[in-house]
Order: sequence, then structure tokens, then C-alpha cells
Amino acid sequence: MTAMVPTAVGLAIAAVLFCTGLVGVLVRRNIIIILLSIEMMFNACGLAFVFAGSYWLQPDGQVMYFFILTVAAAEVSVGLSLVLQMYRQFGSLDVNTVNRMRG
Amino acid sequence: MLSLLWLVPALPMAGFLILALGGRRLPHRAVSAVAVGSTGLSAAIAILVSATHLRLAPGGGTYSQTLWQWMRVGDFAPSVTLSLDALSLTMMVVVTVVGFLIHVYSIAFMAADEGYGRFFAYMNLFVASMLMLVLADNLLLLYVGWEGVGLCSYLLIGFWYKDRDNVRAALKAFWVTRAGDTAFAIGIFLLFTSLGTLRIQTILEDIAGYPAGAPLCNAAAALLLAGAVAKSAQLPLHVWLPDAMAGPTPVSALIHAATMVTAGVYLIGRMHALFLKAPTVLFVVAIIGAATLLLAAFSAMTQHDLKRILAYSTISQIGYMFLALGVGAWAAALSHFVTHAFFKSALFLGAGVVIQALGGEHDIFRMGGLRRRLPMTFQAFTLAALTLAAVPPLTLTFNSKDLILNQVWLSGRGGIVLWTLGMAGAFLTALYTFRMVFVVFLGPEPMKPVGKPSLWMLVPFAVLSGLGAVIGAPELLNALSGVTGFYHYLNSAMSGPAREFGLRETEWVFQAVYVAVSLIGIALAYYLYELAPALVRSMTATRVGSRLHRMLFVGWGFDWLYRRLIGVPYVRLARLNRGDVVDLLYVAVARISRGVNILLSRTVNGNVRWYVAGVAAGAVIVLGLAVLL
Repeated sequence: MTAMVPTAVGLAIAAVLFCTGLVGVLVRRNIIIILLSIEMMFNACGLAFVFAGSYWLQPDGQVMYFFILTVAAAEVSVGLSLVLQMYRQFGSLDVNTVNRMRG
Repeated sequence: MLSLLWLVPALPMAGFLILALGGRRLPHRAVSAVAVGSTGLSAAIAILVSATHLRLAPGGGTYSQTLWQWMRVGDFAPSVTLSLDALSLTMMVVVTVVGFLIHVYSIAFMAADEGYGRFFAYMNLFVASMLMLVLADNLLLLYVGWEGVGLCSYLLIGFWYKDRDNVRAALKAFWVTRAGDTAFAIGIFLLFTSLGTLRIQTILEDIAGYPAGAPLCNAAAALLLAGAVAKSAQLPLHVWLPDAMAGPTPVSALIHAATMVTAGVYLIGRMHALFLKAPTVLFVVAIIGAATLLLAAFSAMTQHDLKRILAYSTISQIGYMFLALGVGAWAAALSHFVTHAFFKSALFLGAGVVIQALGGEHDIFRMGGLRRRLPMTFQAFTLAALTLAAVPPLTLTFNSKDLILNQVWLSGRGGIVLWTLGMAGAFLTALYTFRMVFVVFLGPEPMKPVGKPSLWMLVPFAVLSGLGAVIGAPELLNALSGVTGFYHYLNSAMSGPAREFGLRETEWVFQAVYVAVSLIGIALAYYLYELAPALVRSMTATRVGSRLHRMLFVGWGFDWLYRRLIGVPYVRLARLNRGDVVDLLYVAVARISRGVNILLSRTVNGNVRWYVAGVAAGAVIVLGLAVLL
């Protein structure tokens, strides 16, 4: 197995992806975009794992990615149903409209 | 027969439990039956047990009965054991007999009171505690009884609790005796840590190995003395007894004249071997006794309140007992205790009859001429008063006090000075006693008594007065013919230094002097309060006279002194520390927590992105630190 991409470049891509996702979570107000950004951060982490695994020639990195994939799938299913509920309740997808905490 | 001993304290205790649990629901008749029945039965058993004990061991001896093991912690294993010897036997019989008669008296005296059941419940508890105190075999059990009688005293002084003054008097009695109780408890701890036992007999045997004046003996004796002084209302802790007269009259008669206040005398008598090893403390006992008997007798001279006169008289008479203890004349102190228990409770019961007949009047100067209206009360009261003033041959009990004075004269250190003080006290005793008798029963009649006193009250009163008058007869035999009776029996439990006059004639001379002094006192009282009352008035009207009168009237200003020395500084200190210095630390902790809470709760604004930013910033900082360090 030959390394097509150097590890440093791969990790840098992962970092850029993660930061993009983080900024998306912080600045966007649309809940669907926020979920997308979270998904991006998950995948950035997965990419970092895979690159780290290939650097040490261990399969653990790829195994870890499967876990992340599973968690991400579960998160999306719960997250989307919450989005649906939120739209029904508030008629909007803007997170700033749901910042009131009532018991 | 002896094995019935446990019933003596158990019966009044059972009476207390029945009355305490069901006193409200029981009718008056049932309450009286339970209360009087239990004490009466207890008195009968006490007499029966005593007779058996005397028959089996005529020269004295100790019978002890272990009821159960109280607790066991390592070597510390006190048991609930009753022990009967000459000393406790005497106390037991007096407590049960006087207690029974006063219970009978109370049936009529308290008949109209709404707290009828409560009153008898407390009285029964008192009798049970007092019996526990005198029969206890170890100091711990004795202390239980000691505290029990203190509690009952408090409850009964404040019996009419709706009046604020009564509550105040009750609290005063409780606090003052509590001061002494604390010292007594420390004394018990000291004895236990040094000797490893609380059994009185063992302590007395162990202490015999110590040299006289050993630090342990001095300290323990002094601490026990402090307890005795507070309980027996001796100088300087006597201030509670005159105020304790706020309680119902039968209470004053039973607790504050006959029994509880002599617990201190009993304690010193019980621990006499310890006191013999502490000669300095013993001498202090004598000085306290002499000072108390004189100061209290002076105060009794000026009181207007019939019960307060008797209260000061009680303090003074217990002073005689302390004087006797102080010179090591244990048996003399005890025989004075016995006669005093009878005649003083009789005087109180008589005072109760008079006060109730006059509708609650306490001031003797508003009374007078009661001789015609209450003839039987007059006779019984005068008989008891003659016993108190010790005048033969109208009363056979005249030499219990003389016995003490003889022993004081014969004792070594300071004997003559103490004897002189005692003689002055005897003179004053006759004077104040008959001032009371003459003012109340002779002369004009400013108030007419309402109704006739009930026979339930008159009979116990007369019986006590009569018993008081004849109880000293064995002593008289002893003095006349040298028959060894009661006095020597008491000596079997408490061997003291034997002191006798060399010549029988000398004893007769002393006896004559005592009688003469009493008679002069009575004559002077008659002159001052019957023949020339104007003279007294003009004497108290002068500047010096009125000042002296006021000073004696308030009992030498001890209350004032204590308020100045303890009350005022305490209140001032409390006011100074209103903010509570120690509390500041805890207040600061609370304030800081609250501030941080307010600060942090601002960050909980419900904005999810804000939280995410916080998490991200935190992660960056932690990672940055991890990389840099």
C-alpha cells in the first residue's frame, strides 16, 4: 500500500474541514446548516483518524471511522426528527427563536 | 422482707408513670388514690424493711440489693444497686413518711387547682428521685436522683407557670443549683478517673489509703461541697431558696424544707471519709455553715412574707447541719436533719393552712389574732415553733441543735468562735420564730379567715408537728441517762471523732445555757412584737435602722451582687457580640458562593451557539496549554 497523500497534508485538510464546520455551527442560524456543519466536523475527525492509522500502519484508525459513522447516523436521525418538531412548534428553522428555556 | 427494698422507690415511680400518662383523664379521686396510695405503701414498706434491717443488724450494717446491670463499657460497669445502712435508712424513712403526710395534705390543699394530676405526678416523681438519691450505691445513680429532684424542684416551683414571676423563680432555682451540679459532676469524673470506680463504699475504702490533705482529696471534696452548697442553699449559693417559695406550699414543705435541700447534708455525710481526708475543706464546711446560719437568721428577722421567713429559717437550720458536718459530727447533723424535716415541714403546712384560710394572704403584718379562729392550727404551729426554738419541756425534741453546739465547742480549731456564732444563731432563731408566731396568732385581728380548714390538711399538719416534738425523745434519753440510741446507731455508718464532755455536770450547764438563750429570744420577741410594737417601728425609722432593715430584707444583697457580677456583664457581652464574630466567617463563605453563582448564571442564556463557542474556546485553551507546557 503506497501513501498517495502525505500525512501532513491529510491532517491539514482534516483541520481545515473541522474549522469550517465549527465556524458553520457558530455563525449560521439555520438549524439544518448547523447539523450539516456538525456532520462535517465528524468527518474531519474521521479523516484525521484514518490518516493517523495509515501513518502508524495500524487498522485502528479505519475501525474508529466506522464507529464515528454509526454515531453520525444516529445523530442525524435524532437531529432531523428534532428539526421537524422544531419547525412544527415554532414555524421557523432559526435557532435564535428557540433560545428560551422553559422548564 | 429486706428484698422488698426495691419497691420503696419503685412504687412512687409507678405512681408518677400512671399520673403522667393518664393524669388528665383520671378523676380527682383516682389521682389522689394513686398518688397517696403509692407513697403510703412506699412508706409502709420502708418502715417494714427498716424494722427488719434493725432486727437483723442492730448495730448497723449494710444491706445491698442489685436490681440490674446498668451498662458495661470496658471496666466501667455501674449497676443499679440499692444499699441500706444507718444513714440511708434514716433518710429513707423520713422521706417516705414526711412525703406521705404531705401528699395527704395536698389532696385538700390542691383540690381546686386545675393542674391536680400534674401536681401529683411531679410530687411522686420527686419522692421516687429522692429515694433513688438516698438509696444509691454508686455516685452515678446518686447523681441521677440528684438531678431528678432538681428537675422536680424546677417543675414544682414553676407549677403555676402562667405567672411570669413563678417561672423566673423556677429558672433561678434551676440555674443556681445547676452551677453546683456541674461542679459535683466534675467531682464524680475526678474520683472515677483517679480511683476507677464509682461505688461509694469502694471509693471510701480506697480514699483511706491517701494521706490527709492529698490534692485529689482536697479537689474532690471541694467539688462535691460546691454541689452540696448549691443544693442545700448555703452561702453563697442560697439565693434561690427564698424565691422558690413561689411554688405551692406543700412543695415548699416537702422539697424546700424537709428533703431535697438536705441532699447536700446527705452527700457530705455519705462521703464523710473523703472529707476527713481534706481537713481544710471540712473546715470550710464549718465556716460556710456558721456564716449561713447567722446571715439567714438575720434575714428571717425582717421578712414580711410568712413563707419567706420559713425559707430563711430553713437556710439557717441547714447551716447548723453544715456546721455539724464541718466539725465531723456526722450523727449530730443527721439527727438535726430528722427533727428539722418534721418540724419545718409542719411549720410550712401550718403556713399553708393560714394562707389558704386568709384567701392567699402572705404578709404576716396583715394577719393577727388567728389564735381564736384557728385554735388547732395555733397549737400545732406553736408546738413546731417551740421545737424549732428548742424549748423544753413543752417539746421533747430540744437538743438536736444543742448536740451540734456541744460538738462544735469540743472540736479543736476555731471551736469557740463557731460556737459563739451558733449561739447567736440560736438566739435569733427563737426571736424570729416567735416574732412570726406572735404576729400571726396573737394581737388584733385585721382579717377574718374564710371557712374552716379541711381535716385532710389539719391532721397531717398536726401529726408532723407531734412527730417533730417527740422524735428527739431518744436523744433526750441519751442525754439524761447515757442510753445509747439513735445517735450511736447513726455513728455506726459514719464513724466520726468521739467527743464527750469530761463531766456530766458540764453538759448540764451547757444545756441550761441553750435553754436560757432560747427563752430570752422568745421573751424579747414577745416584748418587741406584742408589748411594744412602736419600739420596733421607731427603730426601723431611724436612718441606720432603715438601711439595715432594707439590707436584711433583701437577704444581704446577694441578688444585687450576682446581677452586678454575672448578669450585667453577661448581657453586655452578649450585646457586644450581637453580630457574632465567629459567624462572620460562615457569612463570608455564603456571600462568596452567592456572588459566583450570580456571575455564572449569566452565562446560561439559552443560546446554543454561545455554549458551543465556550466549549471550543475551552478546547483551544487546554490544547494550547498542552502544546506549550
